[in-house]
Amino acid sequence: MPTSRYPVGIAGAEIKEVEREVPENAPPAWPINEKLSVVGKETPRLDGRAKVTGAAKYTADVHPSEMLFARMLTSPHPHAKIKRIDVSAAEKAAGVKAVHVLDRVMGVAQSKEDQKDTKYPIVRFAGQPIAAVAADTAEHADAAARLIKIDYEVLPFVVEVEKAKQEDAPLVFAGAASSEGTEGGGGGPSDVAQHGNVRGPAVGGSVKEKAAIDKAFEGAEVIVEGEYRTQVQTHCALETHGVVADFKPEKLTVWASTQGTGSVRDELAKIFKLKKSQVRVITEYMGGGFGAKFGAGNPGVIATHLSKKAEAPVRLMCDRKEEHLSTGNRPSSNQKIKIGAKKDGSLVAIHVVNHGTAGVGTGAGASAGSRMYPCPAVMTEDNDVFTHAGPAAAFRAPGHPQSFFAFEQAIDELAHKLNMDPLAYRDLIDTKSDVRRVERKIGAEKFGWSKRKPPGSDAEIVKRGMGVAQGMWGRYMNRDSHAEVRITHDGSVEILSAVQDIGGGIRTALAQVVAEELGIKPTDVQVKIGDTQFPNGPGSGGSVTTNSISPAARDAAWQVKQKLEKHLAEAVGDESWKSLSFKQKCAKMKVEQLSALAQRSEDYAKGSAGPGGVQFVEVAVDTETGQIKVERVVAVHDCGRPINPMGVKSQINGGVIQGISYALFENRLLDRNTGVMVNPNLEQYKIAGAKDMPAIEAILVEQYYGKSSTDAAGIGEPATVPTSAAVANAVYNAIGVRIREIPMTPRVVLAAIEAAKGGKA
Amino acid sequence: MKTFEWADAISIEQAVALTVKGSAFKAGGVDVIDLMKERLVEPTRLINLRTIPDLDKIEYDEKTGLRIGPLVTLAALSEHDVVRSKYTALVQSAAEAATPQIRNMATVGGNLLQRPRCWYFRSEDFHCRKKGGEKCFAQDGENQYHAIFSNNLCAIVHPSATAVALVAMNAMLELRGPEGERRVGVQDFITPPDVDVTRENKLRDGELVTAITVPALSATAKSFYMKQKEKESFDWPIADVAVVLDLDGDTCKSASIVLGAAAPIPWRAREAEAAIAGKRIDDKLAREVAATAMAKATPLAENGYKVPLFKTIIARTILAAAGAGAKG
Repeated sequence: MPTSRYPVGIAGAEIKEVEREVPENAPPAWPINEKLSVVGKETPRLDGRAKVTGAAKYTADVHPSEMLFARMLTSPHPHAKIKRIDVSAAEKAAGVKAVHVLDRVMGVAQSKEDQKDTKYPIVRFAGQPIAAVAADTAEHADAAARLIKIDYEVLPFVVEVEKAKQEDAPLVFAGAASSEGTEGGGGGPSDVAQHGNVRGPAVGGSVKEKAAIDKAFEGAEVIVEGEYRTQVQTHCALETHGVVADFKPEKLTVWASTQGTGSVRDELAKIFKLKKSQVRVITEYMGGGFGAKFGAGNPGVIATHLSKKAEAPVRLMCDRKEEHLSTGNRPSSNQKIKIGAKKDGSLVAIHVVNHGTAGVGTGAGASAGSRMYPCPAVMTEDNDVFTHAGPAAAFRAPGHPQSFFAFEQAIDELAHKLNMDPLAYRDLIDTKSDVRRVERKIGAEKFGWSKRKPPGSDAEIVKRGMGVAQGMWGRYMNRDSHAEVRITHDGSVEILSAVQDIGGGIRTALAQVVAEELGIKPTDVQVKIGDTQFPNGPGSGGSVTTNSISPAARDAAWQVKQKLEKHLAEAVGDESWKSLSFKQKCAKMKVEQLSALAQRSEDYAKGSAGPGGVQFVEVAVDTETGQIKVERVVAVHDCGRPINPMGVKSQINGGVIQGISYALFENRLLDRNTGVMVNPNLEQYKIAGAKDMPAIEAILVEQYYGKSSTDAAGIGEPATVPTSAAVANAVYNAIGVRIREIPMTPRVVLAAIEAAKGGKA
Repeated sequence: MKTFEWADAISIEQAVALTVKGSAFKAGGVDVIDLMKERLVEPTRLINLRTIPDLDKIEYDEKTGLRIGPLVTLAALSEHDVVRSKYTALVQSAAEAATPQIRNMATVGGNLLQRPRCWYFRSEDFHCRKKGGEKCFAQDGENQYHAIFSNNLCAIVHPSATAVALVAMNAMLELRGPEGERRVGVQDFITPPDVDVTRENKLRDGELVTAITVPALSATAKSFYMKQKEKESFDWPIADVAVVLDLDGDTCKSASIVLGAAAPIPWRAREAEAAIAGKRIDDKLAREVAATAMAKATPLAENGYKVPLFKTIIARTILAAAGAGAKG
């Protein structure tokens, strides 16, 4: 195998040159960003203008001729058996072209003992799709959907986790149930015992027995214990789930708001018994997914059925209520955390017991935080508690924000108990990560950590405080990522891949990578993505996109450049072409087009370190109203080699914003007596707005692994992992009271302050 | 949303004449469109009032006071110089409502007449007492944003922030309908659930608000309004308070103290008003008065936090009105 010397290390700290074996046809190593001309330079989104002017066409803007509008009918009951469905009135209603009754529900856990004496899927949450109609106008579809008559046998339900855990609770599933995750993650582990509604525990860590972990704590000199609660959060992507499906006998075309064009194609090909080559999925522009948009889902399957029946294209976009109820959420958690240490701070034992609900799905595990600091004895027990509520889906770093909210507070509490500065304490115990050490140092200086006062020492009614928390994520990639680069006689350049830009900015990053390699400007590159007619791309989940597709893009660009040079050497005969610009070289081509197709190669080196970051937060807490205002955030993150620092900072801003919204506001609320969500909108489901946002300073630390031709890692998920914990730690610093529950609303904060006065903190 | 007719009115008389069975008036349209989307109302005809001239004027006379056209937007009201200087609490209540975009569309008349934001009322999934059903789902349900006074029949909180300030300023409404004109105080106009649980006011069929009048305040009067929200952007109050103090130096001659987000109506804290009259205003008194206002609160299971919260906001608003400097 050929070898090449790669920069490895942290820019500004230490960079070494390391020799790596690389595959045949791999481009030579790039130097660090400061020596490049396009990559690593702040580059405005190439599609920014199209997006803000409305020229960009999203799924809901697609309108093929003869298109019909679909409307779903969903269950008002959280648990029921459907005895009869009468669609005759709907079929006869004005403008109706097709009616479809669901024979299965996508995205929920399945149990083999499910469907014994009923032909319709059992209703397990209020908002579960049952049927749908397609009509010539949205109004006709809406009116007709309401004409479908359903006879329900209403059954007892449970939506509260504590009640669902009880022996006599109504069962969500009659037998063992499970669900798989998606490319975005989520889903529960397999082979886990289920008792009643509780599926678990899934035991993780180095210690597998309760007695053994109890024994390990005997060696501890200082112990902190706490119970932390996190709420169910819904994704609230600006663009709801939806598709336009056009079923023709030989070909299915689907415009989809998806994070994985390939995943939609594969699911629809399977369900409709088509060849994958007969299904084309298009996602030119996409309004966010945060993990919940993989596969065709209920809207995709329903729209395709309706299109097939009506023999016309069908648009089905969820409304905001359906979006909240049935398209995914972040599971809740109730984490009992115990950490033991020696007086010198060294960790002795960690025990996490978590019960969370993913509704009628699985994937409520929340123990990732326990893996950040090396500790000789760790035991984690994760339990999924089924409830009659909408299923969870992968959500921006599944399991992590809830876990780190609790775990990083417990570490903060431990530092205080040891009389150590929480930041200095992390320097002591965070021995696995060099990059976080650098991030802590940079962040502390930028933020002014040294000005931090002792907890609760502010004498004012509105108390200010500073907090810090860390987060981490894996460095994941999908090798099944392909890109083709074409160069043309007139000097034009295009890159083609099925990869979709879900808002993270991969369109711009790909143009930069190709431009860097060919010595042209990013605006000279036509980026053609989001279409399964192009070479297969990765799904955008797990923060894999840039890591997966950018090396394929660079390799293809480098390989086409080699082809061009070889072609010119043969075609021109002399070496006169060598001093020409790229465009002039193209003009010398004797063929119209040259192209190269590359796949993401295997990583050049092993190693598990993933991207992460350290966030510093300053808050003001009004101790008489309980209102928390986040005033300032310094977020220091790494993601390998940043391709577009402007795009990366935008992702960090977004992660912090979503983290603050999670910490202070968002909460899916189900009515305890009816199981119906009371706030399925964006008015009563409270989500942070502009005035709730602090000044956010995003700082990038360039880290070079020498693992791929671009050496990029992901940022979308790590950016949101530590935020809620950093806010909570800042609140503790301000008021001297620990808030172990989110969202930290005035009600929660006032109650915690009151409880602390009574000595019950 | 169902299809409906649209009719532009060019005069109040014509607007009244355009009413038919199932018709509804539309001013800014903010609330009625929301209600239609959730199918809580399905008007056969929407009568657009915005095409009527001269209903968007603000007039001020030193003797008779302020006269606000019902189509004055919340944005226009909060930017009006005279209102700003003489009716501080009213401006504050308008300026802190909703978002800039909504304030540019929402009218004072519509703000007063909007339906409550109770999530049970607003959802077609709950047939609650206010919609002619049997029960108030908030009583033993998710009631963290609900009323802490007069909440046993229906636990909504009155949604209008400007109503809180207008009641504190003894404002009147001028109304015109098929039966002619009448004047009624805002406080009498807004009705509690025990009058008619399905309604929030005494507006008659086909009747329109044609003006909101606010008497001239005493030269020694000061007012202030404070709104506590969970979020700073686009949020309803969890507690809001309007206070008007007539002052003699730092002594309060008389006061009106009105609470929003506390009860199904703007809640006049009469006992607190009595407790502050004739006394020198300081931090201690403000807190005592606030405690008096909360003495008879009957919170539900999830909204007990509103009691200490109101105590804080009432005290701060009193001190701010008195110019004693609010903390926070």
